[in-house]
Formats: sequence, structure tokens, C-alpha cells
Amino acid sequence: MAKKPVITAAEAAKMIPDGATIMCGGFLGCGQALAIVKELVKLGTKDLTLIANDMGRAVGPKGEEFFGIAELIHNHQVKRVIATHVGMTPEVGEQMNAGTLEVNLIPQGSMAECIRAGGAGLGGVLTPVGVDTLIEESPLCLGKQEIDGKQYLLMKPIHADFALLGTYKCDEAGNCWYKGTMRNFNTVMATAADVVIAETEYLVPVGEIEPENIHTYGMCVDYIVEGERK
Amino acid sequence: MDKNEIKAFIAKRCAKELKDGDVVNLGIGLPTMIPGFLPEGVDLVIHAELGIVGAGATPKEGDANYDPYHVVDAGGNVASVAFGGGFIDSATNFGLIRGGHVDACFLGALEVDQEGNLANWIIPGKRMPGMGGAMDLCVGARNCIVCMEHTAKGNPKILEKCRLPLTASHCVKKIITEMCVLEVTENGLLMTEINPEFTVDQVKAATAAPITVSENLKSMID
Repeated sequence: MAKKPVITAAEAAKMIPDGATIMCGGFLGCGQALAIVKELVKLGTKDLTLIANDMGRAVGPKGEEFFGIAELIHNHQVKRVIATHVGMTPEVGEQMNAGTLEVNLIPQGSMAECIRAGGAGLGGVLTPVGVDTLIEESPLCLGKQEIDGKQYLLMKPIHADFALLGTYKCDEAGNCWYKGTMRNFNTVMATAADVVIAETEYLVPVGEIEPENIHTYGMCVDYIVEGERK
Repeated sequence: MDKNEIKAFIAKRCAKELKDGDVVNLGIGLPTMIPGFLPEGVDLVIHAELGIVGAGATPKEGDANYDPYHVVDAGGNVASVAFGGGFIDSATNFGLIRGGHVDACFLGALEVDQEGNLANWIIPGKRMPGMGGAMDLCVGARNCIVCMEHTAKGNPKILEKCRLPLTASHCVKKIITEMCVLEVTENGLLMTEINPEFTVDQVKAATAAPITVSENLKSMID
């Protein structure tokens, strides 16, 4: 199995230009590429569009100041956010009200499915979720359609320039395994970006993850970064 | 009743809606108290939108399964998987929700109306935390139950028509408060149970929608 290049978090962050669209796996920072995000903060990369369930946490699980992509928001490096919930990072609301941050909220299941569609070659998603709500006016909603008497919204597929995965174990071929609730959006995001970077707590030899238990296939991963062990 | 007693009272009544083996999603706050009131022999599969099918008890610091960086709930709090439960990715997980594989979801409301419309995710111009998984759950769960205090600072939350932007339309089947149990029917709200601490007139006065009283009105207390 061909090995994937292992790079540093700083090298990974340098690959991402101003204005890039980045998918960040993770749910309130659980399953997020925390080391790469820290390096993006150091670089000050600007005008980013972030696609993630939420914008991380202003305070981490053990009282850390900033946890995950919240720091990119606080550092004013983000111009647009596509997310499902931003309540744990009040700064998002403040920048939105100040007119410096565009926020597109969509339902969690629709977000997962739109990303899955983006990575699975589908032209869209028809979902009953969001009918009769503000989602009908979302830039990600292309209209309404009736099928067998039931109303559905047609949602656009989501694709990105980069996907940053937060994995627990990654082998040298890029196969990934997520512990606990880390998996969340990572597995679909791994399929829906031009460049996929897997940050991992443990870089292991090929074969250590059982073939039946590979959550993200190495074929989807372009680069591996060894991050901090939590 | 003080605030905590009211919440416990509502949670206790909600627990009666559940039977052994039900797959249940619990919103934040009051709904998380429901498992504490389950009768003996009722074992639920707790569904967590962050990616647990069969969540367990909340671990304490020092417990072997205390892992706040890898096993958390949708509020970011440390969580656990029950014996026999499993972890799942978001796309598959929400497929289960939309596909009708979750028996019930319990959640709070800013407003709920006589048609079963629910508003609980945004107050325009004030708070916009986001809907998270609430829209999917309201549409997809087989039974969507609102559990909340009957009024907010004395102002009715149960209305003829929601004024705030909806989470989902025509989704709520039942409303459980400290005052009563209301079923959402084709003919509007039907009161099937009442807390004997209140009169029917008091309930009606606290509700901004017409209520029909069931011929078999029961007490919320056994």
C-alpha cells in the first residue's frame, strides 16, 4: 500500500491560501484537526470560508482558552461560515451583527448529506427537513419539490478546497480510525474536498487498523499530520 | 413548585410516554432528566446526534470511561456509550433520524402552536445559536413531544400560530407542561390530563390558543 506523505502541522497550514474554503471535521472540537488550526492562527491566513458543524468552543473541555476553530473566528480570519449551530462561540453572532461575517445555518442532517452528496458525485439532496422554515431562503437551497404528495427541499451539494480531519489513529497509508464521537462529519468530509489532510493522535503502521474497521479510506487522504495526543 | 420541582414534575410525566426498547433523543436541559424517572424494566436506547446510538450515564472525572476529548454529547459535555451501544458518523446518524428510526424526541420550545408547529431555534435580531439537529429530529422522529414550562415569565408559549421562525411545521404530537398534557389533533389542542393544582380555567388563561377538554380528563398525578 502506497504511503502518504507525513508533513508537519505548520506545513499543512502553509498549503492553505487566503480565501480558501475549508471543511473542518469535529463537533465542538471533538474530532477536529486542532494542531493545524493552531498553525493557521499563527499564520493569520485570511478571508477563509469554514464549513463545520459548529465553530468550536470559546472554552475547551478543561478550561482551555479557545478550542478548535473558535480561535480562527476570534482572530477575524473568517469571512463566511456554513454551520448548524454556533451557540458555543458567541463571537460568531457578534461578527455577524457587525456585518463582517456571513453565517449560513443549515440543519445538521442536511449539512451531513450535502457534504456526502458533494463527495459522492450527486447533484443535490432532496430532504423534507427545512420545509416551511427560513431554510427555504438559504443560499444552499435551490427550491422546493413535491414527490408523492410530500414536500422536499432541494439542497446543493457542498464541496471544499481543503478538508481537515481530526482522527485518533491513522496508518501510513492514510487509513483512519476515530475514537468515540470523533467520527461525526470527518468521514463524509474526507470525500468532499480537493485536498484532504488527516491530523492524527497516533500514526501507526499499515495493518494496525483492521480492514473491517477503517472509517476513512487512505485513498481519500492526501497528507498526514501528527498532532497532539489528548 | 420551584423551577427545579417544575422541571422534575414535567420530566416524570414525560417518562410515562416511553416503553422498553424505545429509541429516544433527548434535547438539552429538562429532557435529559427523563431517564431518571423511568419505571423499573424500561430500558431505552438513548440516541445522541453527535454520534452515539445507545448513550450511557455521564461519567465522572476519574471513571475509566471519562474521556472529554473523545466522547462528548451535543452540548460538549463528557458522555459515554452504554454496554451494547455504538458510535456512528453524522450522515448515517441523520439518515436514521430522517428515516423514522427514532421513536421519540423530547425537546423544549420558545413557541408551539395548535397546529403542532414548533419554534425553538432563533429569535431574530437577538439570539441565533442555530438549529443543530432540531429540524431533522422534529421532521424525522416518529413522535415529537414538547416538554416545557407552560409560560415564559407568565407569557403564553402555546399559541394559535407561532410568531417566531419555525423549526418545523406540523410536527409536535403532544405538549407536556407543569399544568397539563395537550394532544395536537386535527381539531386543535385537546387537554387529556391536568395537574390537580390547577383549574381548567387557569390552564386556559395561560394558553393563547383554544383548548378542548377531553371527556376523559385525567389527573397528571397517579
